[in-house]
Amino acid sequence: MSRPKHTEYQIPQHINDYPTGPQYDAGFLPEKNAGWRTFKPVVNHDECIYCLRCYLLCPDGTIMKDNGKIKIDMDYCKGCGVCAHECPKDAIAMEKE
Amino acid sequence: MKNNKVFISGDEAVAQGVRLSRPHVVAAYPITPQTITVERLSEMVEAGEMDAEYMHVESEHSAISATMGASAVGARTFTASSSQGLLYMAEGLHYCSGGRWPVVMMNANRSVALPWSIYGDQRDSLSLLDSGWIQVYVEDAQEALDMIIQAYKIAEHKDVLTPMMVNLDGFILTHTYELVEIPDQEMVDHFLPAFETPNKMSFENPKNLGFSSRPDDNTEFKYQQNEAMFNAIDVIHKTDKDFADMFGRKYHGMVEEYMCEDADVVLVALGSVCGTVRVVIDKMRAEGKKVGLLKIRYMRPFPVEEVKDLAKRVKAIGVIDKDISFGYEGTVYTNVNSAISQIDKYVFKSNFVGGLGGRDITKAEIEDMYNKLYAGLENKSEETVEFFSLNVESND
Amino acid sequence: MTKVLDIPKVNAKNMTEKEFFYGHKACAGCGGSIAVRLALKVLGERTYSALPAGCMSAVGFIYPQMAFNSNAIITTFPGSASMAAGIAAGAKALGQEDFKTVVFAGDGGTADIGFQALSGMIDRNDDVLYICYDNEAYMNTGIQKSGLTPYGTKTTTTPAGQNIPGTVTHKKNLFEIIAAHDIQYAATASIGYPQDFLNKVNKAKHVKGASFIHVYASCPTGWGTPTETSVEIAKDAVDCGLIFLAEYEDGEYKLNRNPKEFRSVEDYLKKQGRFKHMSDADIQCVIENRDKKWERMRKNWL
Repeated sequence: MSRPKHTEYQIPQHINDYPTGPQYDAGFLPEKNAGWRTFKPVVNHDECIYCLRCYLLCPDGTIMKDNGKIKIDMDYCKGCGVCAHECPKDAIAMEKE
Repeated sequence: MKNNKVFISGDEAVAQGVRLSRPHVVAAYPITPQTITVERLSEMVEAGEMDAEYMHVESEHSAISATMGASAVGARTFTASSSQGLLYMAEGLHYCSGGRWPVVMMNANRSVALPWSIYGDQRDSLSLLDSGWIQVYVEDAQEALDMIIQAYKIAEHKDVLTPMMVNLDGFILTHTYELVEIPDQEMVDHFLPAFETPNKMSFENPKNLGFSSRPDDNTEFKYQQNEAMFNAIDVIHKTDKDFADMFGRKYHGMVEEYMCEDADVVLVALGSVCGTVRVVIDKMRAEGKKVGLLKIRYMRPFPVEEVKDLAKRVKAIGVIDKDISFGYEGTVYTNVNSAISQIDKYVFKSNFVGGLGGRDITKAEIEDMYNKLYAGLENKSEETVEFFSLNVESND
Repeated sequence: MTKVLDIPKVNAKNMTEKEFFYGHKACAGCGGSIAVRLALKVLGERTYSALPAGCMSAVGFIYPQMAFNSNAIITTFPGSASMAAGIAAGAKALGQEDFKTVVFAGDGGTADIGFQALSGMIDRNDDVLYICYDNEAYMNTGIQKSGLTPYGTKTTTTPAGQNIPGTVTHKKNLFEIIAAHDIQYAATASIGYPQDFLNKVNKAKHVKGASFIHVYASCPTGWGTPTETSVEIAKDAVDCGLIFLAEYEDGEYKLNRNPKEFRSVEDYLKKQGRFKHMSDADIQCVIENRDKKWERMRKNWL
């Protein structure tokens, strides 16, 4: 799995349900970040030249390579707009949610 | 058993205990009177007698940080410090116990500046009683060596996973030479299994450690830490028994009583001064006085039950504190007093504060303490907190 | 040390698909998270990350949300280098091979409170890559001045007013201080030049012993810049000469980028809320300081 996926967290009912000390599985994600977003990136695949600049520079790593196309994990995109701003072809537009 | 006795100092005895426990990583910064320990360990690593990474850290803060890092990948670790160095580690001490990393440390008990003093008292470790470490105080070099080995077994126990500090009185123990039996390596290997912990990073099972918790969970982590400290009590007793079975030396777990069975008046103390108290008891017993000693070995977890049990049996308890919590009383006294308050009985109590900055506690002073306890008991006096060895007249 | 030419280059096309810093709570457009994310993609799965108090630890480890998808730990604030060194030593003592230990610390965690431990780590040549993501102030605690806050910056502890024009000290010369330890490899970088940063991380990954990268990482929240310009502003900083790209290797300095002309310092400053108040004289002071620095670098490092 290239990206950790949203995972359900079981709220502990007993003290022994907690890990021994502050340690937990790497990449455990019970929360999404989608709620932070005001604008969402929308890709125009006709314009996209698959240069992967957006993939490289996404602060949240939410842009994926998907069979020669880019795809965005909207669960974790915060809508910062770096991808759209850095796109050499203006192939990504930021649209109000 | 093979007789393998050598004439070494307390610091060297600690180094021998560490060597026998086979830590993977040793990180320490030199400070008097701990230095001999780290010098010996360096020599052992150099000579190939110890297969450990010796880290020449640039401070005590880094010593504790480095040992925590090594423990966080599942390595057995050792560090040593004293006084100002221990205080410089203070952040790390809390961090380490909260992280549940069973680092073992030797602390050479030494006075805390200002004024500067390299000599012994117990204000350094007692001021860090709340840092979440198991604290044991030893009386001689043999106990120091044995307790280093036991410390790994206790600290690394799955129900404990809490760091442990072995305290030796500076100079009185660290620099005094005694005949010490060096246990056999094979037997130590048998006694002390390899360190296993769920609380580590690994490539098979990647983890995020040392995280932050919200108010929703923080209390539970602290509860768990407290529970682990209480779990240590059983483990301490079991370890003491197992150790005695294998090596023939028994330390009686949380406390050791001396002549307490029929005692009326008892002194409570930590560490090396207990040796002097025993000598005074022998003398006073010969004179028909029913006096005894409660040597507190563990300050954390605190031997509440043992203190209560003693208080039920005796008439007066005096506590010797090589420590003072300014504006109140000695810290050992506060702890003992709190335990005594849990029983429904009048016991006359007194706190004797002294032995600060390396001042000797003499036999005459100890005898005087017993006499004051007898007098207080007779007169039904108010309990007192007294600096017992002031060289000058006070304003009181 | 492995020759650079022998190390396969890592770029957007061939880097691992795996994300190791994901689902974190950093502000939108956070430059520090770009630095951490990219470095981890170069370093790969067999990595131990150590982070002191700071933005990246604060946003990455909020139980039960564990944003590091590989081994990671929050360290004591002053002890990140020592804790990482302990990790490296412990793993080595346990017989582990073929792994890397990396620190991600902020500017304050590096140049101020963590400096002693960092110096010790380099002195011992511990097998750790230390990456300082420099957003030029204590951002996590609410934008206070650090030793790497540049001249003129308005922070919450260096307010700009009638009497004091914001920060009155220049950035500590961190890169040369680190190089002065005779470290095997040290470099400066900027997230505005991502390929250069990837190359440097890749090079440091192959160093056996201590290495150091000082990466310039924008902070839209603390700098007063739009979130989408985070990469652009970090590139502007290099193009106007306030940030330089260099390496120190085998005892030699190397200037990676030596532009004939600089872009406007004033334009760079005026894009950011933290510099908006600066007077012409103060801007002139920044430019003079830049020119002096470049004169020295060009004389000695080319």
